[in-house]
Parts: sequence; C-alpha cells; structure tokens
Amino acid sequence: MNNPVTAVGASTLRMLQAFGRAGYFFADLLRAIPASLRRFGLVVTQIHAIGNLSLLIILASGMAVGFVLALQMYYALVTYGATESLGLIVNLSLVRELGPVVAALLFAGRAGTSLTAEIGLMKAGEQIAAMEMMAIDTKSRVLAPRFIGGMVSMPLLAILFSAVGILGAYVVAVLLLGVDSGNFWSIMQSRVDVWRDVGNGIVKSFVFGVICTAVALYQGYETEATPEGVAYATTRTVVISSLSVLAMDFVLTALMFSTA
Amino acid sequence: MKSDSLIEVDRVTFGYDASRTILNDLSLRFGRGKVTSILGGSGCGKTTLLRLIGGSNVPNSGEVRFDGERVDGRDREKMFRMRRRMGMLFQFGALFTDLSVFENVAFPLREHTDLPEAMIRDIVLMKLNAVGLRGAAQLRISEVSGGMARRIALARAIALDPELIMYDEPFAGLDLISMGVAANLIRTLNDVTGATSLVISHDVPECMAISDYVVLLAPGGRIVAQGVPKDLMESSDPETRQFVRGEPDGPVKFHYPAPSLADDFDVKGVSA
Repeated sequence: MNNPVTAVGASTLRMLQAFGRAGYFFADLLRAIPASLRRFGLVVTQIHAIGNLSLLIILASGMAVGFVLALQMYYALVTYGATESLGLIVNLSLVRELGPVVAALLFAGRAGTSLTAEIGLMKAGEQIAAMEMMAIDTKSRVLAPRFIGGMVSMPLLAILFSAVGILGAYVVAVLLLGVDSGNFWSIMQSRVDVWRDVGNGIVKSFVFGVICTAVALYQGYETEATPEGVAYATTRTVVISSLSVLAMDFVLTALMFSTA
Repeated sequence: MKSDSLIEVDRVTFGYDASRTILNDLSLRFGRGKVTSILGGSGCGKTTLLRLIGGSNVPNSGEVRFDGERVDGRDREKMFRMRRRMGMLFQFGALFTDLSVFENVAFPLREHTDLPEAMIRDIVLMKLNAVGLRGAAQLRISEVSGGMARRIALARAIALDPELIMYDEPFAGLDLISMGVAANLIRTLNDVTGATSLVISHDVPECMAISDYVVLLAPGGRIVAQGVPKDLMESSDPETRQFVRGEPDGPVKFHYPAPSLADDFDVKGVSA
C-alpha cells in the first residue's frame, strides 16, 4: 500500500539530492576559478586541448551547414526573385542560432564526452584520490582549468563555426549559383547589427560553454568508478548537455530578440 | 612531550550507511617510527581505516588523532595541512598516466614548494634512486610494469619526506621478486627516514617479516589479535592460528551462512 508512495518519495528525494549536489559542485567550481587563474599555464593548456579537440569537427560542420543553408535559401528565394537577401538570411541564421547551438551540440559530443571520460578515469584510477591525499585541491588543480578552458573555447568555436558557414554559403551562392557578390556582402553590412545579432550570439555560446563544460565535469567527477560507470557518465553528458542547451536557447532567444 | 603514538584511533565507529557498520568501536595506537601492519580478509574495514586516518571519511562516532590533533575531514584546510605530513601508496599506484616517471615524482614538489628546477631534479632522482628506478626517470607510465609502478608511487609518496607513510595493499598483484623488493623497501625507507609506516595487507608472510607490530582485524573491525609478529605466529588462539597459517576452515567458516543442506536439496536424514 505504501510502496508506490515510498517509491515516488524516494525518487523525488534522490532527484533533489542530485540537484543539491550539482549546485554545490557548481558553486565549488566557481570558487576555484581565482586559484586556477593564478596558475594561468594550466588554463592555457586546457584552452588549447579543449579548443583544439573540437576545431576540426566545428570547421567541417560549419562549412557543411553553410553549403546546405545557402542551397535551401536559394531554392526558396529564387521563386520570389529575392536572392539578394540570401546573405542576410544565412548570416542571421548562423550568428543568432545555428552557430551557437550547433557548435554547442558538437562541443558536448566531442569535448564534453572527452572531459567526462578523462575525469571519470582519473577517479577510477584513484588519481583524484591521490591528489587529495597529497593535499592538492582537485577542484582548482584539475576541474577549474578545464571549466575555464570550456568557457573560453566555446564562443571562439561558435564564431569560427559561423564564419566558416558564411564562407561556405558564399561558395555555393556566389560561386556556384551566381548570386551577386556585392549583394551578398553589402546586405550583411547594412542589416546585421554587431551588438544585437553577433554580440547576443556570442553571449549565447558563452552560456552554452558554461553549461556543457560544467555538466561534463560534474558527470566525470560523480561517476561510479567502473568501466560501466564511465560509459553511463559520458552518455549522460551528451544527453543532459544537449537538452539543456536547447532549453536554454529558447529562453535566451526569447530574452534577447523579443521586439517588445 | 610527544606521545609514543603518532596515530590514535579512539573508539571509532563507522559505516557508509546506517544499515551497515564497517568498524565498530575500534581503538588502536600506532607507534612512532614503527612499521605496523593491519592484516585481515577482504571487507573487514582495513582500507576504510586508512581512509579515516587520511581524513577521506569521517567517523560516525569516536575520533582519530594524528600527532595529538584530531583528524577531521570536514575541515578541509586543517586536513590539507595534516596531509602534507602524510604520504600514501595506493593499491595500484594511482600514477598520473599523462606524466613521465620523473614528472610523477616531481608532482608534489612542484605543487607544494617553490624549489628551483635544479633542486627538484636532484630530489626526484634521489627518491627514484631510493626505490631503484633512477634509470627509469624518463619512461612513460605506460612503459613500466606493475611492480615498477608501485615503486614509482612510493617514490612520489616520500617526495615531501612525510612523517607517516600509509600503504594500501602494497603487495597485491605482484610477483614474488617484486613482492620481496616492495617489502624490503618499506622496511628500509622506514628505518632510513625515521617515518612511521602503516601497512594494510592480507599478505601474512611479507607483513610478518617487516613489521614491528601487527594487528589482525576481523569483519566489523573486531580486533582478533595484536602484538609483535613472533607472538602472533606462535599464538595458540584458534582464530589467530587460522589467520596466520591461512587455513581454509576454522573459527572463520568456509561456508557463507546458509540453510541446511537437507532443506536446500529437500532430502531427509542429511545434516549440515
């Protein structure tokens, strides 16, 4: 009779505890940032490792998205004789939405899983415990440099994604389909606002970087120290990061681009 | 005046959850400058005891004292100050696989001191020389054997000249030669550095050979016997004899508690 009630209560409690632990973890991570910044070399190494890890997939995907976007827009716009707007539509789509969101999803899949597996295996191999026993604060020595690395890399990767996407669109639209080159670039210059469009896109990608990196590190740090545990943790990293990015994108878009 | 004991475990009770008590009202003293071994089967709480001494776990009741000062894992700053005076050898070494042998040993020195690079190099090579691996300084961790990894981890554990060196199963998974080397190193390092050594193991012959004092632990953290190795080896107590001689049956039963054979196989006239 009590069992279903107990089960619901227990799972609610577990969920609240998980949120509580994640909250404490995030607060600890933020507190560890100043100590990490004092050892800037560690941060630079991580920016290089995390950014570099994702660079190839980001550039390739950005180019592919630019190609397809230009093609689809051209087919739609040519019917109304409005192909001169193609550059604008491609640019806004990329810098406002596709750049930050797709780059974040790719980042979660590439760098996020790598971070989770690295931290999880460090835990399974007792390297985290060994550092703690050496009186070394693992949050400022191991986690915070990676967190800062992710936060810094993500906007840079999103900018590159959009830039390469626009170049890809230029190749398809101007070089292959014959859209006027002057139109393609000038409409962007006149209608894309640096702060409202590009700036907000960068802010979005920064927020996504915080989410993806924090989730990846938390999953790695909290993983059960077994091969199955690490496997589940990497899967959870992708699922939780992706859903959080999509949900947060909706919220940020509503806040940033509402005309009211 | 300092106490003769570097570590005091005073009426400690600990369980990871309320339903399972790992250590129950355990009291122990570990003498300064001595090699003390804690022997016991799997699951008797040996590693848990080590984690309590290192402050990774906090007792449910009772207290652990290191050099007269209470070990409290909740006070992180105080705990880190204490841990700088402790070294720990993990069961499988816990070496940093992205660093070379040299960098692994240099790691605590780089983290806790501002020594110039030339001095770090000299200290690291001295520590590696103490464990016989000066020549392996530039190898990667993936290139060393299990026995070597344990010795490298030992060199790292003593890098800051700790007062207490804790060994978690230092002989597990080693061949006979590596086991002999490891046992000899524990004894020699203890004598040369004047540190206090605490060895957690279930390898009776090696521990008996190198220890000044031995504690036999049973499940629940119950102390079966303690004393100098010679006394334990000659003990007439059945449980102590079974443990030090590795007899498969005795006061510690071979069979896990189970219903009778007659009940389980549904036959009549069979006992046990």
